[in-house]
Amino acid sequence: MKKEDIEYTTVSDISGPLLVIEKVGNVSYGEVVRIRGPDGKDRVGQVLEAAEGKAVIQVFEGTKGLDSKKTSVRFLGETMKFAVAPEILGRVFNGTGQPMDDQPPITPVERRDINGAPINPSAREYPKEFIQTGVSTIDLMNTLVRGQKLPVFSASGLPHNDLAAQIARQAKVLGEQEEFSVVFCAMGITAEEANFFIKEFERTGALGRAVLFLNLADDPAIERIIIPRMALTAAEYLAFEMDMHVLVILTDLTNYCEALREIAAAREEVPGRRGYPGYMYTDLANIYERAGRIQGKKGSITQIPILTMPDDDITHPIPDLTGYITEGQIVLSRELHRKGIYPPVDVLPCLSRLMKQGIGKGMTREDHDEVSNQLYADYAEGMDLRSLVAVVGEEALTERDRKVLAFTEAFETRFVTQGKDENRALEESLTLAWELLSDLPREELKRIRDEYVGKYLPKMEG
Amino acid sequence: MVETSLKSTAETSPPPKSAHGRIIKVAGPVVEAAAMRGSRMYDVVRVGEEGLIGEIIGIHEDRATIQVYEETSGIAPGESVEREDMPLSVELAPGLLGQIYDGIQRPLPLIMEKEGDFIERGSNVPSLNREKKWHFVPVAKDGERMVSGDVIGEVQETSTALHKIMVPPGKEGTLESIAQEGDYTIEEMIANLSGPDGGEMSMMTKWPVRQPRPFRKKLDPVVPLLTGQRILDTFFPISKGGTAAIPGGFGTGKTVTQHQLAKWCDADIIVYVGCGERGNEMTDVLREFPNLEDPRNGEPLMNRTVLIANTSNMPVAAREASVYTGITIAEYYRDMGYDVALMADSTSRWAEAMREISGRLEEMPGEEGYPAYLSSRLADFYERAGMVRLEGSEERKGSISVIGAVSPPGGDFSEPVTQNTLRIAKVFWALDSSLADRRHFPSINWLRSYSLYLWQVEPWWKEQVGEEWFEMRKKAMQILQKEAELQEIVQLVGPDALPAKEQALLESARMVREDFLQQNAFHEVDTYCSPKKQYDMLRTILDYHEMTQSMAEKGVPIDAIRGLKAKEAINKMATTTEKEFEAVNKRLHEELEAEAKEMGVRR
Repeated sequence: MKKEDIEYTTVSDISGPLLVIEKVGNVSYGEVVRIRGPDGKDRVGQVLEAAEGKAVIQVFEGTKGLDSKKTSVRFLGETMKFAVAPEILGRVFNGTGQPMDDQPPITPVERRDINGAPINPSAREYPKEFIQTGVSTIDLMNTLVRGQKLPVFSASGLPHNDLAAQIARQAKVLGEQEEFSVVFCAMGITAEEANFFIKEFERTGALGRAVLFLNLADDPAIERIIIPRMALTAAEYLAFEMDMHVLVILTDLTNYCEALREIAAAREEVPGRRGYPGYMYTDLANIYERAGRIQGKKGSITQIPILTMPDDDITHPIPDLTGYITEGQIVLSRELHRKGIYPPVDVLPCLSRLMKQGIGKGMTREDHDEVSNQLYADYAEGMDLRSLVAVVGEEALTERDRKVLAFTEAFETRFVTQGKDENRALEESLTLAWELLSDLPREELKRIRDEYVGKYLPKMEG
Repeated sequence: MVETSLKSTAETSPPPKSAHGRIIKVAGPVVEAAAMRGSRMYDVVRVGEEGLIGEIIGIHEDRATIQVYEETSGIAPGESVEREDMPLSVELAPGLLGQIYDGIQRPLPLIMEKEGDFIERGSNVPSLNREKKWHFVPVAKDGERMVSGDVIGEVQETSTALHKIMVPPGKEGTLESIAQEGDYTIEEMIANLSGPDGGEMSMMTKWPVRQPRPFRKKLDPVVPLLTGQRILDTFFPISKGGTAAIPGGFGTGKTVTQHQLAKWCDADIIVYVGCGERGNEMTDVLREFPNLEDPRNGEPLMNRTVLIANTSNMPVAAREASVYTGITIAEYYRDMGYDVALMADSTSRWAEAMREISGRLEEMPGEEGYPAYLSSRLADFYERAGMVRLEGSEERKGSISVIGAVSPPGGDFSEPVTQNTLRIAKVFWALDSSLADRRHFPSINWLRSYSLYLWQVEPWWKEQVGEEWFEMRKKAMQILQKEAELQEIVQLVGPDALPAKEQALLESARMVREDFLQQNAFHEVDTYCSPKKQYDMLRTILDYHEMTQSMAEKGVPIDAIRGLKAKEAINKMATTTEKEFEAVNKRLHEELEAEAKEMGVRR
């Protein structure tokens, strides 16, 4: 008799998403189980703890309707797998990896463990190919490169979806026409939000090159633990077997972390900060670190995870741990949003760690880095001046300070602001930046070498 | 005649596997096994059919709790546990430098060769190449009395590092035979010591990672570890043999600072432990270091570097071990008489690994879920640093400097790892996200940071660089301190309300910040600044300060002071090459004096 044919009905405990089963034999850690409830419906679960004669199982589709009498459990003898094949492109999958569109089932080329394996740091290729997103604040000041993981830190009510869709639509590597695809993974977002993305992909014709994984707000929360892993398994297949450049959008990581907390609480684990489990850093790293490039492989995985900061708090464990793993962050600001600025990117806390290697002569433009630093320095100073003006009034400022203040205003309304369909080439962004900088006294441009100032600063008329 | 006594151990089988245990429970990286009576704490075991490496971290009657250094999915109760009856150890011999290891000293390039681009579990690869022959040059002679720590021979390991083959700790005796100069593998016997504590020895030794290697005595750390970073060397110096902590929220530049130290500090050997951090950062080091030149000898920096990379997505138990693996390798090179610097990025991830394991063991948690032994583990680790008098018959010194990055959640320094680290580490480089936001790098906050080695390294600076180092540093700090006070007033009344002298001081402070403290790690010249140049730069800025102060006193309007041409020249000092600097600085001084004279001020 095969292992998966043995049916156990020895459920002893059910609590939250967990189910404890006794008198079982030969159960391995991480194994997938199939649970049949009294209603005759099958659910998928995974072994969280394997002991002699006992196993703790997390049930992905929820424990609702399960009992300790009729519920039966079968162990499938393997860890969670996702079936990959070239035809996953253009398909939609649910939280347990089953196709949910009305198309024929996938004929798997390979069934891959959804947890993947860490990329050997020796095998990695350092990411340095500039991706032009057409968004000035990103391209010029927080450059995205192929193989990077660059999250969007947002908050409820901010247009992070529009920004993510805009990036997905506009992103391209200059001077190249290569195979690309989008893997979109929804975790606990509303059907409306999911529809927005699907429509966006349809509108731009990207749907045929996209793989969608959907776990919506009313789907079981526990599925959110596995769905990003399946999405990344698909992405790895597309990138490293099919030589595609894959852009992975994960939204919303906050929901993912909530699910993680739910399981930890159900297991009565010692909680870390704000009740999130102590291993959340490692857990998140296992998702984010699956971005990257590999030497000798054509494809790449670029990740744009989106998370909403609870209470706009960037020190909350979710954005905090994310920031420690990802290679920078794009932070949206409610204040800018209120001012009617789109995209409301607050550049000060933003960062792209891989920027330095992907820009400059031969890649973007020689003055790129220094212009960016100059914008940062002046905008930061302008923000300080604003709070000073609030106290002492503008009259108390020196002439120079007033210019910096005016720059700050123009920076927000002209440089940060752009249309949802406005695709600014990097050159345009740079030109715009130089225009703004030309309103400052020339000796203030300390971060830029004279040579570039002479070359790029617009000449005053007359 | 010597050769006859030298036999290879390559064919001898590994130590016999003793009794088997049986897995009774698997929960993530923690496995419990029964029938383990007689096993010792921290002994290595092989878990399950795949023989995954684990370490015993708890014993209860005949049951042992094991942390496994690899993914445990698919492991089932009932599978066997084999005991190796020895603690987790590292292999020490020529071949370490230039290598990149995971947390338990498995070479990542070799894993890649065997298994491909992803790290599958259960890889069983030797830490050091067994086949490679090294050119061994004996320095001791037959019949000499040797004690542990004595050097019997040398191997040119890389172009910059002379690897000394030492009598391992605990061994001593009269040298019966020693191999002639020639090429040997690390397993071939190269010497034989007679006596009860003697025996045959090869170039390779093993040492348990959790046990510090012995030394004679700790010495005062009086020589600065020069880093070429102005804010570190001049303002908050660390000594050779010292300990420093760099706490900072994400994006404040911990890793860039650590990389800068690994690149430019004047240690002989660098051990860089990437503990639970990003894969791409390790790749960056791997790709960059072989192409960077050591400023002292022009050789590739990789030739003096050992990398330990246990990235955040690699198994958490191996992350816990990685820090010990790193410091044991550092101690080994220290014992050769070298100055070693160890960078651990980040110790918070290490502490979190401890927390995670502790949580799985259901131990009573201390602060924020960290185990109660957090502070003692941190202390044990940092105490392995130091300038020491080494074992051996000769008077020799060696040092390990430890620089640990700390990643406090939310950038809040009151959390346990930062606080416990600050109790031990003598230098505190406080990274500040508000500085990072405005791209002031290195974003080390000058008001919060401190160094307890200032007084110890002062004589060195006086002797080697310039008489006034200490005074100048003090003066500059006073300017910055005063600026902070004045800023509060400015916030209330605006800058124009300040007297001219104080407005001039604000200008000087700005100059110290922007032209001295800021340093561009990515600029080919500015990335490294020699002590002499640091000294002269600060001297110039302070001269400017004095002059503008007297100008302000004499009633020169503040706008005229702000408009001094010398200011712009001072701004360019940082990016002036060391070669041209002296001339440029001289011209600058003349210009400054001329301008001052024009305004009727004389020095």
